[in-house]
Amino acid sequence: MALTREQVHRIAHLARIEISDAEADRTLEQLNDIFALIAEMQAVDTSGVEPMAHAQDVAQRLRADQITEVDQLTRRTAFQLIAPQTEDGLYLVPKVIE
Amino acid sequence: MIERSLREIASSLAERRISSVELTRLYLDRIARHNPALNAFITIDEEASLAQARAADERLRRGDAGPLTGIPIAHKDIFCSEGWLTTCGSRMLANFVSPYDASVIARFRAAGAVLLGKTNMDEFAMGSSNETSFFGPVRNPWDLTRVPGGSSGGSAAAVAARLAPAATGTDTGGSIRQPAALCNLTGMKPTYGVVSRYGMIAFASSLDQGGPLARSAEDCAVMLSAMAGFDDRDSTSLDRPAEDFFRDLVSDRGSRPLSGLRIGLPAEFFDAGCDREIIELVDAAVADYRRLGAETVSISLPNMRLSVPAYYVIAPAEASSNLARFDGVRYGYRAAEYHDLIDMYRKTRAQGFGAEVKRRILIGTYVLSHGYYDAYYLQAQRIRRLIANDFAEAFRQCDVIAGPTSPTTAFRLGEKAADPVQMYLSDIYTIAVNLAGLPAVSIPCGFAAGLPAGLQLIGNYFTEARLLDVAHRYQMVTGWHLQHPRGFDSED
Repeated sequence: MALTREQVHRIAHLARIEISDAEADRTLEQLNDIFALIAEMQAVDTSGVEPMAHAQDVAQRLRADQITEVDQLTRRTAFQLIAPQTEDGLYLVPKVIE
Repeated sequence: MIERSLREIASSLAERRISSVELTRLYLDRIARHNPALNAFITIDEEASLAQARAADERLRRGDAGPLTGIPIAHKDIFCSEGWLTTCGSRMLANFVSPYDASVIARFRAAGAVLLGKTNMDEFAMGSSNETSFFGPVRNPWDLTRVPGGSSGGSAAAVAARLAPAATGTDTGGSIRQPAALCNLTGMKPTYGVVSRYGMIAFASSLDQGGPLARSAEDCAVMLSAMAGFDDRDSTSLDRPAEDFFRDLVSDRGSRPLSGLRIGLPAEFFDAGCDREIIELVDAAVADYRRLGAETVSISLPNMRLSVPAYYVIAPAEASSNLARFDGVRYGYRAAEYHDLIDMYRKTRAQGFGAEVKRRILIGTYVLSHGYYDAYYLQAQRIRRLIANDFAEAFRQCDVIAGPTSPTTAFRLGEKAADPVQMYLSDIYTIAVNLAGLPAVSIPCGFAAGLPAGLQLIGNYFTEARLLDVAHRYQMVTGWHLQHPRGFDSED
């Protein structure tokens, strides 16, 4: 399998990464090398093998549905201090709906 | 002082032969002198470190000290540290002063350890040479024209050059063990779930695990005892009783302390893919183990060769999902110019991430995209099961598996940087361990053309204490781990 430049552009769009044609061409070659490596794995017959998502066979822990963070205003201020743009406790982004 | 073990340093502090402030000052001075040549640290904050040292001295005075109280420890810049710049080696986080502590950092703070500085690393821990860092490559103290390994290359270079008594690292596919091997250190990746991932910036969540980089197995045991433990803020943290990883190291078991230990030697670790000199050094170390009483058995890990391809599906898939959070909205870098929200995301991520990180995000996005999931991600998870089964079968025949950590010694800066596949193959002996979630340690086992080589010891789940004991017994009768690079000698 070999990727095309168009596919690289499509993936880059899905990943929200701007990419120029020149970059796409360079990336294409490297991605195809990597997918050639990955192809070795695809040739193996794994029918009947249970997929392993995780190293430990444990169930997700549950906790009580309660607020655990005390002093929320101080924490919010601390967290928003490092944001690119905030106002009145809200994160600012370019207008989405006209 | 700089060659003393963590336990010896702790005694010196307890007996007031040195204060934590003096000790911290000593290391800060060494960093100031030697770091420009190595680039091992991204952030140093002398005032913050010395304030912690003063607090530690107060604790020592009160007689309220633990094994790490007052000892300066360097931390990989992947661990969020409140009030400290935490960059993960990326432009994306080059301005990120963390508002909270990772659990690992909080544990060291509670133990009274001094945060000595944040160490350089491959960007988002993606790399095997420390060349993908936005803050420039780290150089290997054994040869400044060579890489220290990665991704915990800054931590490894710092400890190897004695700019820190010990350091933390993280290991997703070999990022503690491979730099340990390339810099003549002892480095351990614990069983998945033993060290909390809370506040440890995520790369591939089902593989990432924190652990120590130190000068000996003994020091690793001290470090791991501080790092390990259940944490309800990490959903995959394992709720197990607290362990003293030092417990096996202290017993006197005579001249053949490893009698009864079965060491498995997998044929797949000793093939043509590994440098001849490294195989010879590993063989010599195995012979030393026989003299210590161990017996060896031939084993096979037939699916080992599939670990690199499976890893390069699973790790990028998880990375593409984890790194979606870097969008220029809540923290970190935001592009200066953009014309709408989507364009802001696209430009922020194009400018904020380096080439290797983008490559892996693209691979991950592709293998998870509609129509490809079964062929790639699900198949990789099935291969992962086969690899874990191979280990389970092997551990029916042996207690510990031994082999090389890395197929080569430290390579030259730039040597593999242009060829991702060659770089990926440098982790061929370490990746399978992460896929299975097992613990493993790399220990120094000699030199090839003046460059260190590592012996990897892999154990079954939760055998960290045993592994460290097996490593320690070797270090009691050999001196490889005591060798240190020239040009960084003590001035005291």
